[in-house]
Amino acid sequence: MTTAQIDKTIDARGMACPGPLMNLIGAIRQGAVGDTFDVLSSDEGSKTDIPAWVAKAKHELVEVRPDEGYTHFVVRKVR
Amino acid sequence: MEEQDKPLSLVLFSGTDDKLNAAAVLTVGAAAMGRPVNVFLQYYALDAFRAARIHGDHALSPEATAEQAPIVRAHPGQHWSELLRQAKDVGDVSIQACALSMDMFHLTRADLDPLVDGVEGVAAFMASAADGQVVFV
Repeated sequence: MTTAQIDKTIDARGMACPGPLMNLIGAIRQGAVGDTFDVLSSDEGSKTDIPAWVAKAKHELVEVRPDEGYTHFVVRKVR
Repeated sequence: MEEQDKPLSLVLFSGTDDKLNAAAVLTVGAAAMGRPVNVFLQYYALDAFRAARIHGDHALSPEATAEQAPIVRAHPGQHWSELLRQAKDVGDVSIQACALSMDMFHLTRADLDPLVDGVEGVAAFMASAADGQVVFV
């Protein structure tokens, strides 16, 4: 279990690349600084795309955690 | 300027759904990563951006074999026009129609989907490409 408190869960399981990333970007833009998002994705591309985008956009990748058939990407909006 | 910050310029020539989708994925990825994207629509790609046809069937490219075509068609990814709309929403994306191709197909701005920002000549496109990559699809 993650220790981070989740403000919003984005269930993007079943979406094709780059859908989960685009949903995260949309949620971050609408969220407040400090908000933490849990993206659920079964898309293999997310494993590289979400960390790359989070680094570029200067947010924080709190945790990447495999689950059954998908992965959690916990991201905190930093700015 | 860092390579990753330079504009990405895509010349879309092919008007088939698979190539347009591949180009739209590149566009949305570059836009999400903060790179300006210039899209130049020529020939069959421009024809696919007609407002009356954009959501129609644009077939697949000749590379698609009889075995591959049904797999590509059945894939549940988003339509290329929706990906381009998302790219414009998250980033700096300009979609321009080639003036020569507009003339060739007797098109006016009113014939095109609102995703298209304007009509420009090749020199203007190259000016916006600056020292970034130009990719032909």
